[in-house]
Amino acid sequence: MDETRPVKIQVRGLSKVFGKQPKKALELRDQGLKRPEILEKTGQTLGLSNISFDVYEGELLVIMGLSGSGKSTLIRCLNRLIDTTEGEIIIDGENIPTLGEKALLECRRRHFSMVFQNFALFPHRTVQQNAEFGLEIRGVEKSERHTIAHNALKQVGLEGWEDAYPNQLSGGMQQRVGLARALANDASVLLMDEAFSALDPLIRKDMQQELLQLQNKMQKTTVFITHDLDEALNIGDRIVLLKDGEVVQIGTPEEILTKPADEYVRRFIEGVDRSRILTAESAMRPVRTTARDSDGPRTALHRMRDHSIDSIYVTDRDRQLIGLLEADAASRAIEAKAETITDHLTQDFRKVPPEEPLQNLFAMFSEKSYPIAVVDEQQRLLGVVVKGAVLDELARAGEQ
Amino acid sequence: MEIPRIPLGSWIEGGLTWLTSEYSVVTRGISRITQTGINSLNDGLMWLPEWALLAIIALLCWKLASTRLAIGAVAGLALIWNLGLWNPMIETLTLVVIATLVAVVIALPVGIAAALSERLYRLIMPMLDFMQTMPAFVYLIPAIPFFGIGSVSAIFATVIFSMPPAIRFTTLGIRQVPVELIEAADAYGATRGQKLFKVQLPLSLPTVMAGINQTIMLALSMVVIAAMIGADGLGSEVWRAIQRLRPGDGFEAGIAVVILAMLLDRLTQSLRKSRRS
Ligand SMILES: Nc1ncnc2c1ncn2[C@@H]1O[C@H](COP(=O)(O)OP(=O)(O)OP(=O)(O)O)[C@@H](O)[C@H]1O
Ligand SMILES: [Mg+2]
Repeated sequence: MDETRPVKIQVRGLSKVFGKQPKKALELRDQGLKRPEILEKTGQTLGLSNISFDVYEGELLVIMGLSGSGKSTLIRCLNRLIDTTEGEIIIDGENIPTLGEKALLECRRRHFSMVFQNFALFPHRTVQQNAEFGLEIRGVEKSERHTIAHNALKQVGLEGWEDAYPNQLSGGMQQRVGLARALANDASVLLMDEAFSALDPLIRKDMQQELLQLQNKMQKTTVFITHDLDEALNIGDRIVLLKDGEVVQIGTPEEILTKPADEYVRRFIEGVDRSRILTAESAMRPVRTTARDSDGPRTALHRMRDHSIDSIYVTDRDRQLIGLLEADAASRAIEAKAETITDHLTQDFRKVPPEEPLQNLFAMFSEKSYPIAVVDEQQRLLGVVVKGAVLDELARAGEQ
Repeated sequence: MEIPRIPLGSWIEGGLTWLTSEYSVVTRGISRITQTGINSLNDGLMWLPEWALLAIIALLCWKLASTRLAIGAVAGLALIWNLGLWNPMIETLTLVVIATLVAVVIALPVGIAAALSERLYRLIMPMLDFMQTMPAFVYLIPAIPFFGIGSVSAIFATVIFSMPPAIRFTTLGIRQVPVELIEAADAYGATRGQKLFKVQLPLSLPTVMAGINQTIMLALSMVVIAAMIGADGLGSEVWRAIQRLRPGDGFEAGIAVVILAMLLDRLTQSLRKSRRS
């Protein structure tokens, strides 16, 4: 992970106690007591305890955890819909917990758009008026906000529905309105609290895909909450895993899957694996092109260019895999006026049998990220696995 | 040993006498303004020929509600006209309209305040119970030293008696707005005022309208009582019939009240439903 990326939000030592004597609860916490004991002793819930993490500029950070782990509390502390008990939340140099009333309003307007689990659309406003809400609140002039909201609605595929009322739309469409309301607002951070959890699985998958596309296009810093590992794996750049109000692990999807921090995380990801026996075969794709051992370097290079790849697997007459040819090596072979490519192959790649468990594959993707070759017992090339396919496959498996 | 009787009544009387003498300027001012309002509305409505007003009301019913209500309105009002109760009906209508207006103007801000502040809520709700359960006649007695005999006193008593539902429903309507929507407004940085006018009030409008409807109905139920302190209208027709033991006249005026009540009720209800929620 690139630790030098610019940080958008810095959360340090954040805690939240629901109750009248938060100090007491925090003291007990410092003595090492956990949430259930604190609840029993003081009648107060330790919603969040000593949370620290960064949200990088432009990333999609997923906060994941089981029900009651404090996800909603955490996201609501970010824009202070819930007051924090201790800790810092710094966005562009401002510490949100200590802002005055006016500054807080200003900060919410400038920095935060929010999408809610149950949509929270205004039933008395049309789709268009809902999308305009944030801008209206900020006092943006009428014709301008109309245009912006219209474009946002277009972006989420709701053109033509401007004059409808929310109750005339399906759940998926309502959440698109919710998304448009957030996008139109053009705040610097997008907060999404289980935004897709109320949708049925197919629509949900669509929405995830669309969010990813939007995210690719706009690079908006997004904090996305879910209790669903598949969703987290599918869309997250990084994942923060919460348990009972504490951070258990922070990392990329690969890190979470390959290096679970503790038993809790391991159990979490086991759920994914067990749902189907995932093997290299399930994530394997047919090879788009291969070279033959008898091919000349020019032919091989030409094939690579045709398929815009920078390495190619080479097989012999029986389709047995004999090596990998890199584009550089092919160029050198041409310079050396080599007849065939056999002398220029490398064995520096990974090959696995079809029944190799999928999660073992993560560790194999080296910096060079060649596709992993899948071969049968006779060393015949069956297909390849690319990095993205592994995640897709894991995510898909969870849904079945 | 005898426990001395608590002189609750004389305390209240003392207080009222003090209020009347101390604030006579205020009460006389209110009295004059209200009287002017009543007179001009009465005169205006009576200046219109019966058929014209009938046509206007029918048109209003047709526009805002339904053809059925329009036909009903024409039939009902024609009957009142035919019975020779047109002018008393107008006087009653004026009384109800003005009392309702005053009640709503007071009730809306009070209801909003009670919805937004828990402390005010706990203060105001028992007062409303008091206002509504105290026999309405009792309000007439202080009304007279304040405003003298006549329509103004009648309106004063009517307002006090009929206002509670408007306050209650306003408070209820605002408190019923789902928390998620309040949260959404907050998340986008809405000020208190923006929240109130863009979210809370529009969403509570149907409930507020239901409260206003109740207020109108309660105001109408006060007409006979109002007649006892000299307010003119259908109520005084009933009152006179009672004193002269003429059940026929009494029922005629009573039926006119019923017609007016149904008309106002349906009209305000349709107003509520025509707004989308
Ligand atoms: N207003 C509140 N008062 C008291 N306790 C609260 C309050 N809000 C949340 N909690 C408690 O804090 C803990 C975390 O709640 P939170 O809603 O953040 O969980 P979550 O991870 O969002 O769960 P879910 O997936 O069910 O939405 C829970 O134990 C909850 O009961
Ligand atoms: Mg939640």
